[in-house]
Amino acid sequence: MQIERETLIAAPVERVWALLTEAQHVGRWFSDAGAEIDLRPGGTMVLRWAEHGTGRARIVDVEPHRRFSYRWAPIPEHWGEDPDERNSTLVEFTLDPEGDGTRLKVVESGFEALEGSDEQRRSSFTGNTEGWETQLGNVKRYAETVAV
Amino acid sequence: MSAPAGELFAALADPTRWRVLSLLAERGEGTATTLAGELPVSRVAVVKHLAVLDRAGLVESRRQGREVRYTVRPERLNATARQLAAIANEWDRRLATIKRMAESGEAPRG
Repeated sequence: MQIERETLIAAPVERVWALLTEAQHVGRWFSDAGAEIDLRPGGTMVLRWAEHGTGRARIVDVEPHRRFSYRWAPIPEHWGEDPDERNSTLVEFTLDPEGDGTRLKVVESGFEALEGSDEQRRSSFTGNTEGWETQLGNVKRYAETVAV
Repeated sequence: MSAPAGELFAALADPTRWRVLSLLAERGEGTATTLAGELPVSRVAVVKHLAVLDRAGLVESRRQGREVRYTVRPERLNATARQLAAIANEWDRRLATIKRMAESGEAPRG
């Protein structure tokens, strides 16, 4: 199961690449209190949030102006651990030139391997039981993006 | 019983299993036999899919005579939908920020 999102940006791929991979920018759009990036496969990305603390991501793939991916733990409880398949998801950015601009696509995958936190497990049972057919539709939208 | 979030997502990630769950949701309840009658898979396959859905907490079962009847547990599905929607919304927000930064020339030229 994965989440896919994309947007068309009126700026060249070089500029979008810089925003995705340079600490001064990532520390603003991803975290909000700064970042450190060792930009190479296996390198560490440190992400600081003013309210949530410090998270870490492990860089997987670096293909300049084309592809950038890393594993990071979406659940703050796991931020003290090294990102692996059990505690983190894979985030993959793809950049494609389109006219004078850039089509930027992001795919986050690997939710099925995540071990839930206790908090998540508890919250699973607090949902209301009304309007669940609408929710089924929501889940369906995401389930249908699954690559099989 | 509760199950880890990963098990839940894995349960939902199979297209046939998704159809089993959708059918149960539409019909209100079902058995492996009635579900197999509406799907291009065997009853044995449906039984296996139901077992996975059961372990993930997405359905509950109740024995009635010789049959086991299954119903959907909406609260678990609700929570999953909310989690996924929140993650997707977060990416929309981040991409919008990147777009704004790129188009306003805040990033250096590559």
